[in-house]
Amino acid sequence: MQVHKYDVVIVGAGGAGMRAAIESGQRARTAVLTKLYPTRSHTGAAQGGMCAALANVEEDNWEWHTFDTVKGGDYLVDQDAAEVMAKEAIDAVLDLEKMGLPFNRTPEGRIDQRRFGGHTRDHGKAPVRRSCYAADRTGHMILQTLYQNCVKHNVEFYNEYYVLDLLMVDQEVTENGVTRLQKRVAGVVSYDLASGELHVFQAKSVIFASGGVGKVYKTTSNAHTLTGDGMGIAFRRGIPLEDMEFFQFHPTGLAGLGILLSEAARGEGAILRNSEGERFMERYAPTIKDLAPRDIVARSMANEVREGRGSGPNKDYVLLDLTHLEPAHIDAKLPDITEFARTYLGVEPYTEPVPVFPTAHYAMGGIPTNIKAEVLQDNDTIVPGLYAAGEVACVSVHGSNRLGTNSLLDINVFGKRAGIYAAEYALTADFVDIPADPLADTVALLDTARSSEGGERVAQIRKELQDIMDANVQVFRTEETLLEALRVIDGLEERYKRISVQDKGKRFNLDLLEAVELGFLLDMAKVMTAAALHRKESRGGHFREDYPNRDDENFMTHSMAYKDPSAVETSGVRLETKPVIFTRYQPMERKY
Amino acid sequence: MSTPTIEKEPASKVELPAGVGGGEIPSFDITLKVRRYNPEVSDEAHWDEWQLTMYGTDRVLDALHKVKWEHDGSVSFRRSCAHGVCGSDAMRINGRNRLACKTLLKDLDTSKPILVEPIKGLPVEKDLIVDMEPFFQSYREIMPFLITKGHEPTRERLQSAEDRERYDDTTKCILCAACTSSCPVFWTDGQYFGPAAIVNAHRFIFDSRDDAGDMRLEILNDKEGVWRCRTTFNCSEACPRGIQVTKAISEVKQAILTRKI
Repeated sequence: MQVHKYDVVIVGAGGAGMRAAIESGQRARTAVLTKLYPTRSHTGAAQGGMCAALANVEEDNWEWHTFDTVKGGDYLVDQDAAEVMAKEAIDAVLDLEKMGLPFNRTPEGRIDQRRFGGHTRDHGKAPVRRSCYAADRTGHMILQTLYQNCVKHNVEFYNEYYVLDLLMVDQEVTENGVTRLQKRVAGVVSYDLASGELHVFQAKSVIFASGGVGKVYKTTSNAHTLTGDGMGIAFRRGIPLEDMEFFQFHPTGLAGLGILLSEAARGEGAILRNSEGERFMERYAPTIKDLAPRDIVARSMANEVREGRGSGPNKDYVLLDLTHLEPAHIDAKLPDITEFARTYLGVEPYTEPVPVFPTAHYAMGGIPTNIKAEVLQDNDTIVPGLYAAGEVACVSVHGSNRLGTNSLLDINVFGKRAGIYAAEYALTADFVDIPADPLADTVALLDTARSSEGGERVAQIRKELQDIMDANVQVFRTEETLLEALRVIDGLEERYKRISVQDKGKRFNLDLLEAVELGFLLDMAKVMTAAALHRKESRGGHFREDYPNRDDENFMTHSMAYKDPSAVETSGVRLETKPVIFTRYQPMERKY
Repeated sequence: MSTPTIEKEPASKVELPAGVGGGEIPSFDITLKVRRYNPEVSDEAHWDEWQLTMYGTDRVLDALHKVKWEHDGSVSFRRSCAHGVCGSDAMRINGRNRLACKTLLKDLDTSKPILVEPIKGLPVEKDLIVDMEPFFQSYREIMPFLITKGHEPTRERLQSAEDRERYDDTTKCILCAACTSSCPVFWTDGQYFGPAAIVNAHRFIFDSRDDAGDMRLEILNDKEGVWRCRTTFNCSEACPRGIQVTKAISEVKQAILTRKI
């Protein structure tokens, strides 16, 4: 067993992880562990932009941005966090520019800004130009720029080191005469893909920045590698997961494939049409139409298809129409996504509308944190030394529906905060002793997958999981569909115990890797479904046909899902609630 | 590159032409041959082949997944985003460097076996997986980050749209190594920086905000630098992002000669 010792260990090297590393690396001895190479992370697939009230092209301010974020999240946003994000957005963009990010420019040479869904002037009066962008490859530029700056600051990366366990100890703490169990971080266990060896990383601070869980769905914009590992590791170790019923379906995935076509297309003037050629968003969101937030547009599209106005041979998608835009304008602003349409569907966006349908895109929920990116072990208690940022975390700035561009912002603002606070904590704290036999659980996990001869195939179980999630836990949900999904997932979990991994070697055993990933996917699908069952109302990205209205009286709360084998009815997931933090805005009806 | 105002609202309703959005997706059969190598098993590489039924929009990556998921789980390759932006799955497909996730099977000659091999010039670790470390080492050596002098402005640095456009092409690089590992000079001389490192140097040399162009030009003036390039254009053909790699290298050569950026 190899043991490494660092002040700070960061799990994941996408936007949040590398933004954290730039801060932490300059303050404390830091290592970044990633199951990929840093530049392969899915931040690079983000397209449209990063909002900040720079007011470079028209009047804007961070308070309007805060309001839009809160309203966009259907008032389930923690407003202290939204304020922090909207306020620090401005520096976050300027930081990136100073690091070298090649933003598009105005004629005066300033950072250019464009419209994006749900971002408005003066509390919903009209769309505002708030998104800072680099063509339709803003995420690519952010990922490259952050990696470049990690190279500049000599950040230490462990590439293709897959973290499989979080080492924590329970300490008894007595405060005001009350004794309780307090979790403390000792480090992580990591599997080196190249050699198949296990490594222990002892650390005073651990930051999870390992991204999302889109691969629980079949149709998704997410990379193959987004399997909810970080959320799964935390959950298995007794950390709750917050608001997991809220998953965002991005309206414009390439039909049948799920590949993302940025909302920037609609920001630049593209519109959605049904099979009758009708611009149907005029009916669903009369004021801002195609630039309504994603949950509303995705539901409207799904509804058009359900009511028989879908296009194509199976009438199962709608059309994104760019044909009224100048080809030169499309080339300048949307070069990548129009190429995706040409490459993957053989459609020419200059002259033909592009088939699109909602694609599973983003987990609003995740590991609960406060505005210092500290992880919570319950509603009030932080785990000293444990941090999370980005999609893996739930701070909660996105509430029940994230606005477009706010994820690139989230990773920069809270990645930076996580890096600073984790390093500062590490400089004052002592190492926690590694628990006895730290590899035991990981070895058991790997051995089970490697040695089982049950004959079940990982790919088959994963496919069945993705099929049931697409069918039953997508844009529309009911108690019936959710209960059926839970039942199916339970059955898949049983079969998962009998999987056989064909590759028995140690070197780059990606067959084994996929088996481990599937275990996390099953856990997370269960949590998402149980949480969706628990929330008997409709809010943001979570739409219950059997409870079609928002119910502030009973459900203006975050959900907290704990691993609990005694919760038999909900497949070992116990649901509790956590209050939403209000500062400025009282809930109103959400209309656009 | 400024934002023009969209003056005209598009029509509420239009007549759609017939057949919009395409028809049924056809299926077809292919033979996929993959070059296998696993030093845990044997020092010798060999070819394995599979007959597969695939669909109209399937890519080479889909065929590899079909093999791994349904036939032989030990077939090993890197992939992540599966739509050409992460750069994980550069490989030699029918002798040409391409991304497996961006190469549609129907665009290949499916009457013959489709040959898939690891990219050349980097040590093979297992099957299609190569050691990327030498590639990233060259990248790091050209100082791939913005270097500026003087005080930082409080707001953003100004840059005209024209100055921004000057280096746009080379910002698109995803570090997939398709260019570098297609270069005959790199195959025979592993010390050569290779096209990708030069592309990333170009991205900063021609960025009006950067003050370290001379330092980078000096690095690339080395005997393992740009002068090893023999302008065979393999790199430009290989680039999945459509970067004019050879042109970028020529511009760097020109800048070294004239010391004008």
